[in-house]
Amino acid sequence: MRINVRVNGVPSEADCWEGESLLFALREKLGFPGSKNACEQGECGSCSVLLDGVLVCACLVLAAQADGHDVTTIEGLGTEEELHPVQAAFVETGAVQCGFCTPGLVVAAADLLERVSDPSDDEIREALSGNLCRCTGYVKIFEAVRLAASRGAGA
Amino acid sequence: MDVLTPRSLSEALALREAHPEALPIQGGTDVMVGLNFDRAHPAALLNLNEVVELREWAPSGDGYRIGAGVTYAEMMSGPLAAEFPALAEASRTVGSPQIRNRGTIGGNLATASPAGDSIPPLVVAGAEVECTSVRGARRIPVADFVTGVKRNALAADELITAIHLRPSGVAETFLKVGPRNAMVIAVCSLAVSAGDELRAAFGSASPRPVLVTAPRGEAATFPAQVAAAASPIDDVRGTATYRRHAIEVLTRRALERCLA
Ligand SMILES: Cc1cc2nc3c(=O)[nH]c(=O)nc-3n(C[C@H](O)[C@H](O)[C@H](O)COP(=O)(O)OP(=O)(O)OC[C@H]3O[C@@H](n4cnc5c(N)ncnc54)[C@H](O)[C@@H]3O)c2cc1C
Ligand code: FES
Ligand code: FES
Repeated sequence: MRINVRVNGVPSEADCWEGESLLFALREKLGFPGSKNACEQGECGSCSVLLDGVLVCACLVLAAQADGHDVTTIEGLGTEEELHPVQAAFVETGAVQCGFCTPGLVVAAADLLERVSDPSDDEIREALSGNLCRCTGYVKIFEAVRLAASRGAGA
Repeated sequence: MDVLTPRSLSEALALREAHPEALPIQGGTDVMVGLNFDRAHPAALLNLNEVVELREWAPSGDGYRIGAGVTYAEMMSGPLAAEFPALAEASRTVGSPQIRNRGTIGGNLATASPAGDSIPPLVVAGAEVECTSVRGARRIPVADFVTGVKRNALAADELITAIHLRPSGVAETFLKVGPRNAMVIAVCSLAVSAGDELRAAFGSASPRPVLVTAPRGEAATFPAQVAAAASPIDDVRGTATYRRHAIEVLTRRALERCLA
């Protein structure tokens, strides 16, 4: 089946198998491999994207359900020349090791700061509770979110 | 496989009747796991996301009618959270923000897992499931809607369209035992409301929902009564003995909270 999705503001079209996930369509058909595939069962958050502005696991959205909707992926958050403030903060604080979890965490953190410009540690912990990182121990990730917040990333 | 995407409730019900083999999908948080792991092979999918009627909620009579497609995130905040605190607490314990943004009450009921976190608070509230087909609508109490482990009373041509429930107006709470705060399937869980009547229902401790009630004067023995009504099993998440003990402890804590 053919689906029409606006990815990062750009209308895109793909031929999908009916049972395929939005994550698979993004990575394999639409040319957005930034969202990562680690568990395909909603547990790790590495596939986090915004669907009509709402944070979701792309692996749990049927590609056909995104037909006619807006999707924002990590590729839509910043450019190589001009990083999103959350991306810049991740780089500066050393919150990236292997990097596999990073796209999902950056999307989730950016979503938090959109809603809560100056989050408490509890709010950060809650907002990132669906994103697993096997490398960093999360301390630097928290520092990155605090740094981005202090620079008004959500404003 | 086909994906059928109705744009209205009447179209959804007509498609449901014409294609009973099509598996409904709302938030997809249960259905997609089955598809991704090649465990489920539905002949077709009935995508309910575009049916706005299912996403609505409104006061109705002396209670509320909450559409089957209302998400945990919506239940956790605003007027619904104020009217149904135990259901809101249960919603907050579900999965992660990503799961709560997509997962729905209707999907949780249809899945009918003994661990479904919305079920104990709905049972305590005396909620009814509105099941609708082209033949009409009927209402089934939640405890009767869940007929066994992952079994429900839905007919082949029916969809869950809404949940009907009334605010208890008394202190109520929800407690859940699991290895961490986020992303856990309940080892066991408990919803309690404490008015003139004490009401409790547990999760992950019986194949079907059970409502336990007692007069408020029996608060001292109520924890033991609730634990005695459970029929837990041993599994990878915990033993039957642990679960029964935990339910007694949770009931005591819930009453301390509610009667304080
Ligand atoms: C990582 C993860 C964590 C989770 N954590 C929890 C948790 O903590 N607690 C918990 O209770 N659950 C949890 N779940 C399970 C799941 O999120 C819930 O059961 C959720 O409520 C399902 O809702 P949905 O809209 O996503 O359902 P879907 O996946 O869309 O559907 C689930 C079932 O309901 C049927 N269905 C959906 N809507 C209707 C309708 N209107 N009429 C008839 N049938 C319908 C579908 O055919 C399917 O059989 C978790 C799942 C994941 C992936
Ligand atoms: S790949 Fe989607 S949550 Fe892990
Ligand atoms: S940096 Fe390796 S998983 Fe997070």
